[in-house]
Amino acid sequence: MPFIPHTRDDLSAMLSRIGVDDLEALFDEIPQSLTMPGLPGVPEALCEAEISSLMHERAGTDGRPVCFMGAGSYDHYVPAAVWEITTRGEFYSAYTPYQAEASQGTLQVIYEYQTMMAELTGLDVSNASLYDGATAFAEACLMAVRANRKAKSRKILVPRTVHPYYREVAHNIISGQDIELVDLPMQDGVADLSVLDQFEDETFAAIVMQQPNFFGNLEQVDALTDWGHEHGALVIAIANPLSLALLKAPGSWGSEGADIACGDGQPLGVPMASGGPYYGYMVCRQAIVRQMPGRIVGRTVDIDGKPGFTLTLQAREQHIRRSRATSNICTNQGLVVTASTIYMALMGATGLRQVASASVNNTRSLVASLTAIAGVTQAFGQTSFNETVLLLDRPVGPVLDALAAEGILGGVDLSEFYPELGNALMVCATESRTAAQIEKYTAVMTGVMAGEGVQAHG
Amino acid sequence: MSEIPEDLKYTQDHEWLRIEEDGSVTVGITDHAQEALGELVFVELPEEGQDVGKGDACAVVESVKAASDVYSPLSGTVSDINGDLADEPEKVNGSPYEDGWLFRITPQNEDELEGLMDTVAYEEFLSGIED
Repeated sequence: MPFIPHTRDDLSAMLSRIGVDDLEALFDEIPQSLTMPGLPGVPEALCEAEISSLMHERAGTDGRPVCFMGAGSYDHYVPAAVWEITTRGEFYSAYTPYQAEASQGTLQVIYEYQTMMAELTGLDVSNASLYDGATAFAEACLMAVRANRKAKSRKILVPRTVHPYYREVAHNIISGQDIELVDLPMQDGVADLSVLDQFEDETFAAIVMQQPNFFGNLEQVDALTDWGHEHGALVIAIANPLSLALLKAPGSWGSEGADIACGDGQPLGVPMASGGPYYGYMVCRQAIVRQMPGRIVGRTVDIDGKPGFTLTLQAREQHIRRSRATSNICTNQGLVVTASTIYMALMGATGLRQVASASVNNTRSLVASLTAIAGVTQAFGQTSFNETVLLLDRPVGPVLDALAAEGILGGVDLSEFYPELGNALMVCATESRTAAQIEKYTAVMTGVMAGEGVQAHG
Repeated sequence: MSEIPEDLKYTQDHEWLRIEEDGSVTVGITDHAQEALGELVFVELPEEGQDVGKGDACAVVESVKAASDVYSPLSGTVSDINGDLADEPEKVNGSPYEDGWLFRITPQNEDELEGLMDTVAYEEFLSGIED
């Protein structure tokens, strides 16, 4: 639907119906003092053919690099059917229609999505999605403070192994409500359980863990979950939903399971697309559902007893509760969630397991090849999922530049986020990476580490 | 016309108070309030032992069409809550003055009871609203 179907006649008919001369006149009520005559530096509008040509030209300058970067966004293969179906007119809307009498199809898709997420996470109730993984985490923190009134605490214990962007975004959103994220130190790439004793006398509304964590390492989620519950905290799980095809569901962590699971849905059928749009997912236990933000679709029966779908538990939301709503995010990422739902339906449980396993195997084979090169070692002695941190004997930046010159996005330089780790490079190989691509990466890296690449590319 | 028992005190937020023999005060919402809200589907109560100030939002009654805060009519400590409402919130509709009570407070300052309405005053207050 890359065009707007209104003809000039349609537009003038609509304008004359409401008694307005032209589109500009619709904005008359904005005071002149607030309007700008033009935008400096923005050129005149182009026609469709011109803009299309310009965009192709600009996109071409990116090249077609092979991606070994992860850190929260992953280059998984998206079957053609996913976006072919998602972009059908029936689904392709900028806004999710919620009227039950007009939107049964859309509502059913969201309901199916919620059911899939509840199954993946092993928890009771999913919402219809939030903006992205980081904001979903921030909302989970706010929710935990509301839901855990007994703790009377506005502190949340967060390991340093949680995605740095997630911690920053959550801090920005929740610090205004005097909620504090307290750092739990890390040791060898995982949360350091040996220092938990230091927090014995503090009360937390929640404890957080990311599984696999930012580095791709597996945390001791059972021990952390039990520690949290024993100390009166709720447990927030952040998980890559694809990893849940292989790993234990948050609902089964420890003796009682996590209370809230959240994360980014991008790995499930959403292209990396320069960082978005993605979507955040959130699932929780039934007991605290009234503190969950976002829309929830429920299944019910109509007056004739026929099954149907409708929004439910709306009294939590801002159009009813106003300033005391659970959140002012009362929308969802309808289109990408539709894509994810179709992706999961196409792949099935077996397909998701295969994608996850192939990603783990490819990353292991990449790491084995790269660490055979002199000057490249593994940073941590941990079991990892689909990404792993390597240590180089020299700064990572120039090495990545040399790889990029050969069409390889070699990974993420962690020095900005974790300077204490030294020359740390995080690499990821999804199921989309071929043996030949891994071989090429290894060959180029071998050259770079031997000094050739760095010399050649300055 | 909604039911307004004579042995209770009332607030302008449509809450009722019963002063118990042990000096504690039981709080609920009036027949008028439950009728205006419609069928309740969820009641969120304060924690036992929680200190509340007069006017603090300390409970929520949620119906299929609205969710409303319940304000503490007195300062004090919550001494008891009606745990039955977790599974049967509709008791507030069926029996707003008996089985549907919400929470009990040990008041900190008996003087705060002075400003409350009696049956006659609440009846007048209601007819003022309904006009």
